[in-house]
This record gives sequence, structure tokens and C-alpha cells, in this order.
Amino acid sequence: MTRIPLLAAALSILLPIVAAAETMKMAVTTSFQNSGLAEVLVPRIAEETGVDVELIVVGTGQALRLGEAGDVDAVLVHSRAAEEAFVAAGHATHRTPFMYNDFVVLGPVADPADVTGAGTAPEAMTRIAAAEASFVSRGDDSGTHKAELALWEDAGMAPEGTWYRPVGAGMGASLNTAVGMGAYILSDRATWLNFDNKADMAILFEGDPALFNQYAYLPVNPAKGDHLKADAAGSVENWLVSATARDLIDGYRVGGEQVFTFNAEQ
Amino acid sequence: MVTVLPLRLTGATLARRGRTLVGPIDLTLAAGGTTVVIGPNGSGKTSLLRLMHGLQRPAAGRVEWALPDASARTRQSYVFQQPVALRRSVLENLAFPLRLRGVPRARARAAAEDAARRVGLDDRLSQSAPSLSGGEMQRLALARALITDPEILFADEPCAALDGAATRRIEGMLLSAAATTRIVMATHDMGQARRLAREVIFLLHGRIHESGPADAFFDAPRTLEARAFLNGDILE
Amino acid sequence: MQDLLAGLGRALHLIVTLDPELIEITLRSLGVTLTALAIACAIGLPLGGWLAVRRFRLRRAAIAALNALIGLPPVVVGLVVYLLLSRSGPLGVLGLLFTPAAMIAAQAVIITPLVASIAHQAMRDLWADYHDLLISMNATRWQRIATLLIDGRRGLLTAALAGFGRAIGEVGAVMIVGGNIEGATRVLTTAIALETGRGDFALALGLGVILIGLSLAVSVASHWALRTERRGRW
Repeated sequence: MTRIPLLAAALSILLPIVAAAETMKMAVTTSFQNSGLAEVLVPRIAEETGVDVELIVVGTGQALRLGEAGDVDAVLVHSRAAEEAFVAAGHATHRTPFMYNDFVVLGPVADPADVTGAGTAPEAMTRIAAAEASFVSRGDDSGTHKAELALWEDAGMAPEGTWYRPVGAGMGASLNTAVGMGAYILSDRATWLNFDNKADMAILFEGDPALFNQYAYLPVNPAKGDHLKADAAGSVENWLVSATARDLIDGYRVGGEQVFTFNAEQ
Repeated sequence: MVTVLPLRLTGATLARRGRTLVGPIDLTLAAGGTTVVIGPNGSGKTSLLRLMHGLQRPAAGRVEWALPDASARTRQSYVFQQPVALRRSVLENLAFPLRLRGVPRARARAAAEDAARRVGLDDRLSQSAPSLSGGEMQRLALARALITDPEILFADEPCAALDGAATRRIEGMLLSAAATTRIVMATHDMGQARRLAREVIFLLHGRIHESGPADAFFDAPRTLEARAFLNGDILE
Repeated sequence: MQDLLAGLGRALHLIVTLDPELIEITLRSLGVTLTALAIACAIGLPLGGWLAVRRFRLRRAAIAALNALIGLPPVVVGLVVYLLLSRSGPLGVLGLLFTPAAMIAAQAVIITPLVASIAHQAMRDLWADYHDLLISMNATRWQRIATLLIDGRRGLLTAALAGFGRAIGEVGAVMIVGGNIEGATRVLTTAIALETGRGDFALALGLGVILIGLSLAVSVASHWALRTERRGRW
């Protein structure tokens, strides 16, 4: 008799979830997942809208490709130019900005490039380049990578040389690399605060509005196929701009610090 | 009784990559007794046995049994110079040919135990066959070949790798088998050939150089080469 | 050194407390990999045996191709399976992307050449030993195959275990086609990648210890099963 539930349990693990609730797939960036906010928001979404959101955690580039192919029902990314192109190409009906966090420049506490003394974010980047201090770049076409490239552009330079190390990896893996090399790196604040392997690295520059990082939700265009859960994607969107979401996002703390700021138009 | 013999070879030739290994051979093998194939190394003894048994198809000529091939195949057995031990127990090795023929498990097992007793392997029944000594393994191979009561047994230098005592035991088994089974064996041991043979085939350069009753051959070989071979001279 | 010890401690803690999430992803890892292995064996073992026994013109080329496929990078396999199963790909209508079925497909593709190649080597040596004897005993084609499978079971088990080891420890392909979705497609390796990304080395290492323990347990269990089976033959 005990065999049947055991078998059912084994099967339920193998088969995709077919719970009573509706399920949708959302491609999100590694920074969103690593910040820990996903673990707060996703259960509440399930509770209040009945939609089970399954997260596919990838870089912004891959997230948008998944949306383009119709393999996910929505994407949650942070790269405005790429998002606008995505909407313009008809892959999503619209984009809904709903919160932002900020980037910080991390580096070894000794700070050989004197980034701490910089007045603006581009100046901080210029100092790293001038000192030819090691800098780890995501190099993976992610939102964070694109934000970093924009900063170099603002600084009026193209980073080149052995000190500049694009690793082509996610935020966590890149942080591990930077820690191992004692290099500078641009990271989102939340991932850094959640990161356990900090060693002798610290935030050396922060606060410049140029470092603000806007997150947006983009429901994939339902015209891509009947399999897309447009209704579920709509419910989730409504929830993300709701007062409940605002309280959760603004109230989320990592190490006692607020890391996300809700800014959806209500 | 319906019998597979005589075996008739007509111009039978075995070749590999265009090189003739043995033949053309014309030969009739009638019922009764033991035929010993002798000849220097490379004269084609193994090739002749394999050709007769059907392990190799003739490149030219014919190898014909008195029965159609399919039923002739089931009435022969072959013992290799290097005994092949199936990676199983002694008991399973002995039962194997019977099981292939669909003999029920219990009967095959009884027959295998019986055969093991006759060749003195009954205390090794559950031992893994590849772990037997050379002499034990060849005894096992011979007992396994005889367990199907073949009408004809081919044995290719079965004692080539064995010491004197082991050789004696194999010869004893062959002698008692000869009462009911036609035996064709290759050997390079002239003493063994004298002890076992009723008929001799002397091969040279892949052809039958001389053949006939064993007594006549050993007492008075007709050809110069056979005489030289029996004297232990090197034949080119 | 500290991280290594912390990892061992974490593994021990997870096991002792029977952490439900750990049990879930461990069972899923096992389920996905064993299913992929069953498929790989169903294709690879007969293929290996066939390559060992049959002589045909392109046999050498086929074996060389098989051995080359062993080196196929899993990430590439994952990408190809993704492109096939994507909604915009040829098999998109099946809706298998980001499900365990997709992970099974990718793993099966990755390990089938390995299973077939090792099975081929084992069968080839055995066939060289047995060929003349089985022909001499007039064994039918099926009897020959059955004999090779039974007597070569150790080699076949080795092939299956090698396939299991490669599949259970694979991360690149299952990450791409499974998506590492919590509660749906997260397995031990993708969880390890995730925790490494979060910098939680102790948890990642703890999961790694469990992964190794799992491989070891499967290996020991299958060897044990083979021995008991052998003793009970007569």
C-alpha cells in the first residue's frame, strides 16, 4: 500500500509540476535571483494570484533570446536599450519598469587605483584604467555588462589591455574571479550583499545616479503561440505594480540595507 | 543409423588474402577409428581441420558430408589448441552445448555433473573455468566437446601446451572416446601419433603428401620426405 | 581548508536532517540520470555489441566517429537540444523545454557514445575469445548475442556505470535545457553551480559530497547485485 504514494512522489519529481495553480515561466537575470528578492516575491505571487512562477535564471542576452523564441512567458531584465529593441521588434507588447537597484564599484580594500576619491562613476572607471589595475568584466552581454560598457563610454574610453579581464560568466562566478584576482569589478549591490565569499573586497564607489539600474517586466507577445500563458503573465504584471509588491520590494533588506526601490507608475 | 560420414573433400582449398593455406585436398573420411594429421609447422594441419569442420569456407572445391550441412553441424565437435573457457563456472561450461540445444536445465546439469566426474573435475564444479590450470582447462574443453555425443571430433594439437601427466590424461580420454566417436586430430608429437592413430595423413606445404594406415606409415613410409620427417630432419 | 571542512560539515548536516529540498533534488538527479542511462543502454549496448560482432565496410569509420562523439562538449549538446526543443525549433510543439524530459534527452545524447564505445571494447575482446567456439557449437545468432551479453555483463556494467557517472555529474547541458527551475528541474549539479555563483562554497561543496556519495552508492550497489545474481545461477 505504501508503494503507491512513493511512486507518485517519484513521478511528480520527474514530471513537470502540474499543480492546480497555473504555471508560467519567466526568464530572469542572475542578479535578480542572486539578490534573494526572488525568494521573497515568487511565493507571494503564487499565494495572491495563484500563478506559480518558474524562474529560468540566465543573463539578459539569453533571457531576451528565450523570450524571442517563445520559450518563456515573460522576461524580467535590466537593460533599457535592449528592452526597447525587444519591444520594437514585436517580441513583447510593452515593457513595465517597476523597480531599480544600483551598481557599486568593488575592489580590494587597499584600493591601488584610489577609486574611493573619485567624484563620478566614469571618473572611478578612468582611475582604474589609468592605474591599469585588474578589472573583471562580466563580458556576457548581460544587463550588468551593458551598464559597465556604458560607464566606459561615458568615461570616453574603450578598455583594453591585460588588466581588463572579461570572464564571460554570471555575476556570482565573476565575483569569485574578482575576489581570487584582487581585481575591481562592477556589481549590483544586492548580489554583493548576499555574496558569502567577500574576502578582502569592499564597496569603493557608490551613489552616482549613473549607477542606477532599472528593472523592467516584459510579457512575451502572445501572438507567438497558443502555448504562451498571457493571462498568467498579465496577473503577475498587475501584481508587480501593486502596493503589496511595493511594500515587499522596499522592505527587502540584505544585511540591514535596502537594496531595491519600487518605482512603478501606479 | 543415419550417419554424417563419410566426409568427402574434393579439390578443397583454403586461402587467405590470395595465399593458399591448404589444398587442393582430395580426401574421403569413412567411419571408424582415429586419424592423426601430422606434418611440420606451417604445413596446414590447423587449416585442414578448420576446413573440414566448417569453421572456414573453402575458397575452391567442396567439403561434403553424407547429411545436409545443417544436421551435419550438430554431430561434430572441435577442441582448440588453446582451450576456450567460457567465463562461467566449470559446471556451466559443461552444460553449455546442451543448453544451446534446448536440453532442459535439470537434465543438462545432471549430464554436466556426470561428465565432470568422469574427467576428474567434480570437485571444481562451481569454480570459474578461466581460473583452471592449462591441463584442467583442456580436460574441460574435451569433456565439453564430447558431452553432445558427437559422431566426429576434431582435436587440434590438444596437448601442445601440456606437460606429460596432463597429456596422458587427455590421451586416455581420447582413447575411450574413440570407441564411439570418429576422431581427427592434429599433433606434432610422433609418440602420441603412434599411440592413437589408426590412420595417418602427412601434410607438406598444404597438401597431402602421404596417407594410409598408421602401422604401415610408421614402419615403412613410402616417400623420402615422410621418412625424413619421422627422423626429425628439417623439411624445407 | 576551512571551506573544505565547512563543506563536509554542511553535507553531513543536510543528510542527517533529511533536508526535504535536498531529498527532492537528489531524487530528481537520480530519476533523470537513470532514465537517460536506460535510454543510452538500450541504444548503446546493442550498438556496441553489433560493432564488435559484425564486419562491414564502414565499421572502422563508425568506431572512430563513436569515439570522437565521446568528446562532444555537453554545453554544445545542450545548446543543440535547446534549439531543437525551443518553441521556435522543429520539436517546439512538444513543449518539452525546461522539463526533466529535456534534461533526459540531453544526457542520453551525451552518454550514449560513451556507453556504446565501452560496450564495444568489452564485447570485442570477448567475441575474439568466443568466436570460433560459438561457431563450432552451431550457436544461432541470438544464442551468440545472449552468450556475449551474459558473459560480458561485467564489461557492460562498466559501460553503464561510466555513463551514469558522466550523466549525474553533468551540468552545462542540463542547465541550458532544464533551466535549473526550483522545484521542477533543479538537480544536484545545477544547484551546485547556483550556490557557487552565490559564493556559498560550503553548501556547494556539501552538495558535491552528496553527489559523489550517490555515484559511489550506485556503483557499489550494482557490483553487489551482479555478484548475488552470479551466485544464484545454478
